[in-house]
Amino acid sequence: MRTKILWQTVAVLLIATMVLSACGPEKVGNFEIPAVVKGKFNVAMVLIGPHDDGGWSQAHYEGLEYVAQNVEETHVAYIENVPEGADSEQIFRALSRKGFDLILGTSYGYMDPMETVANEFPDIMYIHLTGIKSNGKNFGNLMGAMENMKYLAGMIAGARAKLDGNPKLGYMATFPIPEEIRLGNAIALGMRKTCPECTMDVRWINTWHDPIIEKDAAASLFDAGAQVVFTGADTPAVADVAQEKGKWGVTYDWYGSCRVERCLTAPYWNWGPVYAKIAEAVKAGTYTPGWDYFDADTGALGLYGFMEGQELTTGMKDLPPEVIQEVRDLMAKTLKGEWTRFDVFSGPINDNQGNVVVPEGEKLAQVDLDAFPEFGLGCTYCMKWWAEGITAELPE
Amino acid sequence: MSETTVPLASRLRSLTLRVEPRLKDPPRWYPLAVTVGAIVFALFLGGILIALSGGDPLRSYIHIARASLGSLGVFSDTLVKATPLIMAGLACSVAFRMKLWNIGAEGQFIMGAFGASAVVLTPIIPAETPSWIFIPAMILAGILGGALWGFIPGFLKARLNVNEIISSLMLNYIAVAWINFWIFAVWTEGGFQMSPAFPKNAWLPRLTDLAAEIPILSGLTTHLGLILGILAAIVAWFILYRSRWGYEIRLIGDNPQAARYAGLNITRNTVLVMMLSGALAGLGGMSEVTGVVHRLQTSPLAAGYGFTGIIVAWLAKLNPYLVVPVSIFFGALILAGREIQPSGIPKMIQGIILVSLIASDFLIRYRVHIVRRGQEA
Repeated sequence: MRTKILWQTVAVLLIATMVLSACGPEKVGNFEIPAVVKGKFNVAMVLIGPHDDGGWSQAHYEGLEYVAQNVEETHVAYIENVPEGADSEQIFRALSRKGFDLILGTSYGYMDPMETVANEFPDIMYIHLTGIKSNGKNFGNLMGAMENMKYLAGMIAGARAKLDGNPKLGYMATFPIPEEIRLGNAIALGMRKTCPECTMDVRWINTWHDPIIEKDAAASLFDAGAQVVFTGADTPAVADVAQEKGKWGVTYDWYGSCRVERCLTAPYWNWGPVYAKIAEAVKAGTYTPGWDYFDADTGALGLYGFMEGQELTTGMKDLPPEVIQEVRDLMAKTLKGEWTRFDVFSGPINDNQGNVVVPEGEKLAQVDLDAFPEFGLGCTYCMKWWAEGITAELPE
Repeated sequence: MSETTVPLASRLRSLTLRVEPRLKDPPRWYPLAVTVGAIVFALFLGGILIALSGGDPLRSYIHIARASLGSLGVFSDTLVKATPLIMAGLACSVAFRMKLWNIGAEGQFIMGAFGASAVVLTPIIPAETPSWIFIPAMILAGILGGALWGFIPGFLKARLNVNEIISSLMLNYIAVAWINFWIFAVWTEGGFQMSPAFPKNAWLPRLTDLAAEIPILSGLTTHLGLILGILAAIVAWFILYRSRWGYEIRLIGDNPQAARYAGLNITRNTVLVMMLSGALAGLGGMSEVTGVVHRLQTSPLAAGYGFTGIIVAWLAKLNPYLVVPVSIFFGALILAGREIQPSGIPKMIQGIILVSLIASDFLIRYRVHIVRRGQEA
């Protein structure tokens, strides 16, 4: 009797071991555990927030799903809520050990950890957003010209604030890095185009993803008198606060983020086509990692209310028709690749200290868009200035 | 009317639970059995949670085991996660043994990391100093930083009878604000809220550093901090169970009145034990900043190791040796839990384990009888 039970137990354990050691993605009900599928092209994505955050991470996650559907023989997996820094290094190493072919890291602070791990696994391709590094072999950088969309959103917001008789905007920026300053300047340049008397206040929130802090910062900007507030962070909190306060919010990152009536518009990413192109190239062994910076003609950028099949939002409907037309014209040009990031940052541009940053007839170069002078990358104009109309100083 | 005709329900109703304090010590195996039972119970509750949210509990748990212990690489990652928990767990254990409720291990951990970082970043000693000078200097600075942060609530408790739970808890927030000030204002790198990376000779040696000679160690980030943690556990055990001071600590913890009559200096011991506790947590912070993070940065250091240390200490029944395996258990849980997507549930399981354990303590201190009404007398 005893022996029989013993044998039964052994048999059950053996079967369990065999089942468990079988290769393949582990689907645990609704839970997923990232694993590679042998014989397929395996892509993993590391996200800083939840995959359904209604903003930045969700836009990337949908891009990943697009890859799964559009690149043949591909298997995808993700890990969400991964903090930047040392913890992410462990995650990137764990995914690499599992044998993924392409690993996408979608937050600035994953840069150094990804570089470290990329050097340990030369056969795996690592693509990082939105940093400033590449090793030219298997660790590359990816970003796109969101500044064009922010500029157009700035035009809309300026017109809105002017019409409401309160020419003040607000920008909740994440970290004082070139990317956030560049996007803030693009907003201010667009704003001044439609509303020369408009000013813009800035709050640094020092986080990419924190719904509570984002809400508080938005409320603080509205309370300080802003009529339209932009967010540089990941969630649509700014529009929810605008709804409560009867003002306007401009969300970011994901086309679905502009849901409430008081959401004026949303500059957003459509990562699918870009990711699919990179995945195809990596799969074919033809991808050279470096500084991959795309413009709107890739179809990867959008402005809510102006893209195909979208209608103007409530807040745009009563704006002067010539402003709407101007935005539409510029949008058409940028989608054709005729109005790029360098056109957004073409002189004359003044900073908010009364100095000329970019003289008439000059344009910023790529390195100017992405660098502070102290980075030692040899930028001429660099991105360490606030454009005219911004009523804030850069942090020391 | 025979007894068998009484309906089951009313028979059950006639049963009642009687709780009485244990007068004798339970057998030696009993606390261990209760602890293991509590963990099993907690995992069972966690399993129900996983099932309710649409997962498969058994496979989730099997995955946790495999993803944290299944290969050399992941086991090394587990040890890396366990290392700060060992020190934080020890810190809580020594304080809790004297019934000093130090909830400030988190802040002491952070101040330890700050102390170690200050050696590199101030710089107190120049960057090209060899490791064998750097590392002892940083260990010392880490211990001092933590001990200082433990001294404050200890002194307030001893001299002014300030509740150490509140003061040590509040000091956690001050510690975070303190390092934030330094990385925002003084040591910022490129506008980011983190210091520049430490020079390599200020990193604790890692297994992967030997990969050139022993290729199998490549990518294994287990660092010297693990050895420091195990040494600290041995030292803490000897202090608590083999030294006169440890006897005093335990006596004060078990019966402060008796300790006072015996002439023990409770005031002095309160301050010293809080400092020892802070020093252990500070060592943990030093180990994490120089072994893993390699720069002063808030989010990876203020990641709740000091709070998890409370759970670890409790689960280890305040025994320094047991703190080591319990930390590895928690390291595994944290590490593997992160792989399950969407995230969230694994964190809840940790909470359930803690609640079950604290509740199970009841079974050690009390006996529960099932008696039939009317038979009680």
